[in-house]
Amino acid sequence: MRAFTYERATSVERAAALSAAPGAKFIAGGTNLLDLMKLQVETPTRLIDINRLPLDKIEDTPEGGLRIGATVRNSDLAADLRVRRRYGVLSRALLAGASAQLRNKATTGGNLLQRTRCGYFYDVTQPCNKREPGSGCSAMGGFNRMLAVLGASNQCIATHPSDMAVAMRALDARIEAVSAGGGRRSIPIDEFYRLPGATPNVETSLRRGEIITAVTLPPPPPGVQIYRKVRDRASYAFALVSVAVVVASSGGRIQSARLAFGGLGPKPWRVPRAEDALVGRDVSGKTFDGAADLVLAGAHGHGGNDFKIPLARRTLHNVLARATQT
Amino acid sequence: MEMDKPVGTNVLDTVRNGWVGKPLDRVDGPLKVTGGAKYAYEVMQGPATAYGAVVQASIGKGTIRSIDTRAAERAPGVVLVLTYLNVPVQGQGNHRQAHPVLTGPQVAYNGEPVAIVVAETFEQAQAAAYMVRVSYGRLPGRHLLRANLSRARPPVVAATAQAPDSAVGNFEAAFAAAPVRLDEIYTTPPQSQAMMEPHATLALWSGDQLTLHTSNQMLSQGRLAVARTLKMPVDKVRLVSPYIGGGFGAKLWVGADAILAAIAARQLGRPVKVVLTRQQVFAVTTHRSETIQRVRLGTDRDGRILAIGHDSFSANLPSEQTYETAAMQTRTLYAGANRLTRHRLAPLDIPVASSMRAPGEAVGLLALESAMDELADRLGLDPIEVRLRNEPREDPERHVPYSSRHLVACLREGAQRFGWASRNPRPGQVQDGRWLVGMGVASATRGNGLQLSKATVRLDPDGVLTVRMAMTDIGTGTYTILTQIAAEMLGLPPGRVRIEIGDTAFPQAAGSGGSIGAGSSGSALFDACERLRAKLAASAGIDPGSAVFANGRIEGGGQSRALTDLVGRDGVEADGEIEPGENSKDFSQQSYGAHFAEVGVDADTGEIRLRRMLGVFTAGRILNAKTARSQAIGGMVFGIGAALEEALEMDGRSGLYVNHDLAEYHVAVHADVPEIDAIFLPELDNESNPLKSKGIGELGICGAGAAIANAVYNACGARVREFPITLDKLLSVLPSQA
Repeated sequence: MRAFTYERATSVERAAALSAAPGAKFIAGGTNLLDLMKLQVETPTRLIDINRLPLDKIEDTPEGGLRIGATVRNSDLAADLRVRRRYGVLSRALLAGASAQLRNKATTGGNLLQRTRCGYFYDVTQPCNKREPGSGCSAMGGFNRMLAVLGASNQCIATHPSDMAVAMRALDARIEAVSAGGGRRSIPIDEFYRLPGATPNVETSLRRGEIITAVTLPPPPPGVQIYRKVRDRASYAFALVSVAVVVASSGGRIQSARLAFGGLGPKPWRVPRAEDALVGRDVSGKTFDGAADLVLAGAHGHGGNDFKIPLARRTLHNVLARATQT
Repeated sequence: MEMDKPVGTNVLDTVRNGWVGKPLDRVDGPLKVTGGAKYAYEVMQGPATAYGAVVQASIGKGTIRSIDTRAAERAPGVVLVLTYLNVPVQGQGNHRQAHPVLTGPQVAYNGEPVAIVVAETFEQAQAAAYMVRVSYGRLPGRHLLRANLSRARPPVVAATAQAPDSAVGNFEAAFAAAPVRLDEIYTTPPQSQAMMEPHATLALWSGDQLTLHTSNQMLSQGRLAVARTLKMPVDKVRLVSPYIGGGFGAKLWVGADAILAAIAARQLGRPVKVVLTRQQVFAVTTHRSETIQRVRLGTDRDGRILAIGHDSFSANLPSEQTYETAAMQTRTLYAGANRLTRHRLAPLDIPVASSMRAPGEAVGLLALESAMDELADRLGLDPIEVRLRNEPREDPERHVPYSSRHLVACLREGAQRFGWASRNPRPGQVQDGRWLVGMGVASATRGNGLQLSKATVRLDPDGVLTVRMAMTDIGTGTYTILTQIAAEMLGLPPGRVRIEIGDTAFPQAAGSGGSIGAGSSGSALFDACERLRAKLAASAGIDPGSAVFANGRIEGGGQSRALTDLVGRDGVEADGEIEPGENSKDFSQQSYGAHFAEVGVDADTGEIRLRRMLGVFTAGRILNAKTARSQAIGGMVFGIGAALEEALEMDGRSGLYVNHDLAEYHVAVHADVPEIDAIFLPELDNESNPLKSKGIGELGICGAGAAIANAVYNACGARVREFPITLDKLLSVLPSQA
């Protein structure tokens, strides 16, 4: 590991100010950052420990939602009774991620910011546009079983590995950020993540000198919540495809639907058109497949990950069938 | 003692102390769970030691044009940087004989060590290792077996080794004429042993004497390799390895960690430790080669094999002749008059391919036992029945008797216990919720061997019996079974037996590999104990034939003496030895078993999850019922990985194993392992060794993956011949969704 300075932030504003310096990084759980530092994929010169900031609370909001502090541990969030009762899709997504040990350390903010698991990104001897802009993408034409079929660019086909963020995307979460001057922003999760385009190294809309302080969830939408993660082994594996849905149906008709996908793209994926198309439709296999057509329109594989397209279709079909069971 | 004749009744059949076979807890267990067992990297912590970090090549083949170490040399804490430009000339040989490092500017494979940086701390060494700048001249490399089959050749082996090819009768004609024929190709990917403890060595020089605290399975041969590589006398090399965090073949041979540490320690005149990072283990150490296997079975209409053929292709570096012996067990497992097995080796630019748990059988039986299942399907016969119909009377190629073989009993007992009769032979018929459920069976077999081993036992006046040998315990339970054998033979409680192993200062022993460890080391100890018994009986004036050793005493002829009264002030010592003999030629020796697996296949996604599994085995005398069962279950868990998960993903362009960490190289995790049981049927092998035991360390993996693969077929009707069976390979056969 390269030498770096370490300091413990004493306030949110101070943490934000410190992070504006070149080479600065926040550290909370460190479950991803430390691995990346050992491999010199990340080489911060300055670590700002935010573990002692008062960001570890889960609070009810006046609107009837939840405000989740940035350093709330994944295991605590998954176990919170309010989350389990009202945001089951989030609790299940969290528990589908990583391992018990990692969830005990990993935080809400860190989970949002975790980096892709693309093997080429993890190996500094390999070209990777995300790690080293302009060096090329090794995954195209290489091992890309885990990688994106939607939202990728000709520069990068990495996927975002989070389960938690997929559920949050279905729940229309917003990311709260504070800047050094004390300015606050609330960023819709959709706008929080950026597509790779020509700059796959830029993954979020966070600005330098901003710190995530919380994630807010609006009141839960009506309907059945399901998180379904499809993976190569029963635990400790990233999603090949994951689906988070919140679907309300009655009398054989779908009243509202939200569908978010993990494992398919560089960010938790939603297609509003597919959700709209479900509303008012009969509960039927044809309806489900129609939604899948809209979600996967424009999807294309890179050889090793072609299977994700039919897999996503089948998984969505199954999840919608379960969500609309009477 | 040489194994030239049947063992007959011996002392282990008659003593009644009850230690051998007992499910005794590991005697080294408390040390391990309290951190008291020191592994190689934990010896000599602190500032006296310098720490090395390996720099790996980042190209698949080529030459180093220049190597700039200036920044690394100036980095904080760095005391030495070694490259091919400043290492001593080393002895050469294949990976079993020697392990020269940094030998020149040539890069033979991606991930090969090209430098080592040594610093005051591990972290400083790591940081500086990233500062070494290497410029390469790239050459086109060959990294994939499937693209290089035409370059495969028969491997060149020693005259004393098993030949790569075998033929009996006229296979081609018999196969062509067979009423029922199966001809299929199965592939298995490169696999990594993925043991818990990465390779690590601490090197200490005292004058011209080298001591390596290293994680190594077979110290006696490792010592030879170190001496050859460093061009020094064998008696100046000592390997110490009392505790090993798993090996599964990856630590059979001395590796780069040991030689780099030794060279650096000599240059620096201080102790040097080298540990490979987890990511480095995948390329710097050995792996199991990928294989492409063709199995041909020709039978009569009743399923009796008329022709059996097995061709296996594997790969290795051009400088290596070690090949995956995938077709070997096909020579002996089933009957049939016309037989053909062939092994071919393709030279590729890849890390060294060598042994991984059950080299040969593990992947060979994936193919053969899948093929037997396909054959049963084609014949409309139960897969067990097909195997029963092809049970040979003698070894069908060598025409010698089996030393002991109870495959049929394992299949029958397992079928009964597992509820095999309830299996629906038509695939895709059983559903449990969203799961398509299927059952599969496969035979297990693993060759049994014996290797020269010696032991010294010593009984001291304090009543403690000390056993010394250069044996190893890689987590299997060697300490425990040696304790049990000595306790049994001398009539001492296990607490009075002290096992000292893992040091080449002790008598030469087999080590742990090829499932030969327990039989070889245990037999040497048995022999030593017999000699000690004779000495003690003589001292007591008791006829050794009728002497009974129990409760710390010797009794016979109306006398009873405490053993401590017979050892004088200096104690009594005896040496024992076992050597393989004619029995290995006169008998076909294998352990056997039968695996039964039940899997669920998700009808929507194709996810495969094992639901339950049973292994029924026979392996001669079981020395410890608990550690034996653990070994068998551990092997079966490897079978889950082989069938469903494990694959090193080679980038054919760069020769890189892309998924070189344990997050992405998938082995079975706890959640993948449901209820698994393993039982051993009683058996004694009169030809194997004086313990009448056979190897169990690898038996559990043999056939385990095939039983799972066959269960997948039974569950959903997909016959996947390209391992591992991942869900993407099932999608096309899953039922359409309503």
